[in-house]
Amino acid sequence: MTRTARLVILLTAVLLLGAVGTGAVLHAAHRAGQRDEQQADGPAVRTGDVSLRPADGRTLLVRNLAWGPHRDEIAAVPTGDPDGPRTASGVKCLRFHAAAGTAVCLQAVHGALEDTYRAVVLDAHLRERHRFPAAGIPTRARVSPSGHLVAWTVFVSGDSYAGTDFSTRTALVDTRTWQIEDNLETFHVVKDGRPYHAADVNIWGVTFADDTRFYATLATGGHTYLVRGDVATRTLTTLHANVECPSLSPDGTRIAYKKRVPGAPADAPWRLYVLDLRTMRETATAERRNIDDQALWADRGTLVYALPGDYGSDLWTVPADGTGTARRLMVSAVAPAYLG
Amino acid sequence: MYLADSRSTDSRATRSAAAPDTRPGRRPAAVPGTVLALGAVSLVTDVSSEMVTAVLPLYVVAGLGLSPLGFGFLDGVNNGVGALVRLAGGHLADRGGRRHKTVAGLGYGLSAVCKPLLLLAHTLPVLGAVLAVDRTGKGLRTAPRDAMISLATAPERRGRAFGVHRAMDTTGALLGPLVAFAVLRATVDGYDAVFVVSGCVAALGVLLLVLFVPRRITPDPAGAPAQAGPAAAPPTLREALGLLRRRPVRRLTACASLLGLTTVSDAFLYLLLQRAGDLPAHLFPLLPLGTAAVFLLLAVPLGALADRVGRRRLFLAGHGVLLLAYAVVLSPWHGAPAVAAVLLLHGTFYAATDGVLAAATAAAVPARHQGAGQALVGTGQALARFVCSLAFGAAWSLWGGQRALAVTAAGLAVAAVAVSFLLRPADEVPA
Repeated sequence: MTRTARLVILLTAVLLLGAVGTGAVLHAAHRAGQRDEQQADGPAVRTGDVSLRPADGRTLLVRNLAWGPHRDEIAAVPTGDPDGPRTASGVKCLRFHAAAGTAVCLQAVHGALEDTYRAVVLDAHLRERHRFPAAGIPTRARVSPSGHLVAWTVFVSGDSYAGTDFSTRTALVDTRTWQIEDNLETFHVVKDGRPYHAADVNIWGVTFADDTRFYATLATGGHTYLVRGDVATRTLTTLHANVECPSLSPDGTRIAYKKRVPGAPADAPWRLYVLDLRTMRETATAERRNIDDQALWADRGTLVYALPGDYGSDLWTVPADGTGTARRLMVSAVAPAYLG
Repeated sequence: MYLADSRSTDSRATRSAAAPDTRPGRRPAAVPGTVLALGAVSLVTDVSSEMVTAVLPLYVVAGLGLSPLGFGFLDGVNNGVGALVRLAGGHLADRGGRRHKTVAGLGYGLSAVCKPLLLLAHTLPVLGAVLAVDRTGKGLRTAPRDAMISLATAPERRGRAFGVHRAMDTTGALLGPLVAFAVLRATVDGYDAVFVVSGCVAALGVLLLVLFVPRRITPDPAGAPAQAGPAAAPPTLREALGLLRRRPVRRLTACASLLGLTTVSDAFLYLLLQRAGDLPAHLFPLLPLGTAAVFLLLAVPLGALADRVGRRRLFLAGHGVLLLAYAVVLSPWHGAPAVAAVLLLHGTFYAATDGVLAAATAAAVPARHQGAGQALVGTGQALARFVCSLAFGAAWSLWGGQRALAVTAAGLAVAAVAVSFLLRPADEVPA
């Protein structure tokens, strides 16, 4: 083949491949544009004041996923009418949680070269009090019942050439002093009664008991454990195996969590369980589908969690004691928090 | 034992590459066109694969809504199967009158096909399978590609040629994430668009290989008498394995493996650097970029230096630089300058060893076994590094990260001394 022929072939291919690539980008951009238009059959969303100390009764805050101009904003609905109109706050978060007048909002910052992330601590009117850079893609966020401590977990994929080996970073902040524990992996680990070191330790999914004690997941050597953490002594102590994304009940006696169940398919390994911390007895909930979320306690006996839905995800609810059936709480929502 | 070395039949390349380069200040001789073509193929392919790598975590978490916590879904495939595939790729490429281009093309093609397949992968196991096939393609093409670079380049220019190739390769790796995020920005989370563009770029890489890399990169007939007569029959597997009976090959493989056993993986080094230096967690993703940038800048000059002072000597010196990097991590010197110093040393280590080892291998292996030879030495080193990772992880659990590194550093020092004795005999004549 002559040099000219090769160059002609190359040029033709560049044009063809360029057209395919450009077409894909334009198609995706058009689709992105559609997501900003109000969804006809979706929930009504209007702007308004959203407060963490609601005057008119108990309120559920969620990240609104319904298509339209308020997609991804934190929105409020009365707990009695979750399908009703949503009040959008104008604050966009990927992950969100709030308690006692303090909220934590994990946001993406779209830079020129790449995305970065930050954790923003908000006051009762969702105004920024403090911000911290976050090390990776946000996945979990929690505020302690008093509103004094906040914690968040992000994914990092450490080394760009390996690329696919995910790990997590969990940070914890005291909002009274703005002291930050950048990486809970530096806490002392006590596993089965003995000090434990390993390079592959990962921590995620903090849930607070009070302003000192918390629970979280610790993973090492291919296993996961429920750990009890102590902020004062900087320790993590293993309590129970095969527990991910724990969520402590309001009375502090039970942990709702994701359990890897034997026999489940590799792409859907988790079921929603509840662990009694006094007896260490596990109870399967009536939700039989694969759960990949840190559940939330709506009250003493009800769990709320996200499942994939038509617009990202929907919120579902199931009794914590293994009875009843799962039912859908609201569509197009994720990252719930109950206030008031 | 000095083996017949190969010359490119590309007359332009041979003439320029073989031209004496003695006058100081004279512009360095150009690298053969085949090497530039292979460099371009690698650059384009790395843009494609690093595009995917850059957005994959985001795609899994934000796009698919999955949590891949503790899901190291490539580890096993990466190392065990990867090594076998690499050996097979190297050997197959040598058979049938050197099918390097065919086998490399198969490898590049396999990876290219995986990019659009990512559009169909919505669960972690399927995603893991597609990525494993992608990685298989990479394993298949590595040895034939390095063999082609060896065969196309005059022996005294190989250090520089591999340096140019590695620099182009790293350029692609650095550009990939930028292209990916530009597409994501234009499409607001259009991961499918990223995969389609990545697939188009990968297809372009395969096309560059098909159009601009010659099918037969035969060495200069005068320099390779082995090509005449019955010896021209395709090398058998036994012959390929018999490469280890040659002292230079055995020595080089042993040395690369010995040093590989004490080479801590990038991930561990960055983790230690972050812990020791109290580096803010959000700066962590920048560490690999630092290493890559230094590698990119120094690959060509250090490759050229290797041609002058001897590849083996520079390969050893590179590990001395790595030892310095370990020392800085272990020292009480912390803060941003210390981190920068470690990344500078780490990038220099790669620039002084990665392409340089391939160039040293080329000189130790006969032309008809270039593929198998490159695969053998490269796989030995990769497996040794994998063993080091396993041991290092265990040592970390036992003693903590700092002490594990101190022990590894001591091991590296001992290995370097041993290697300096093993490599001292002139298996290779520096140009």
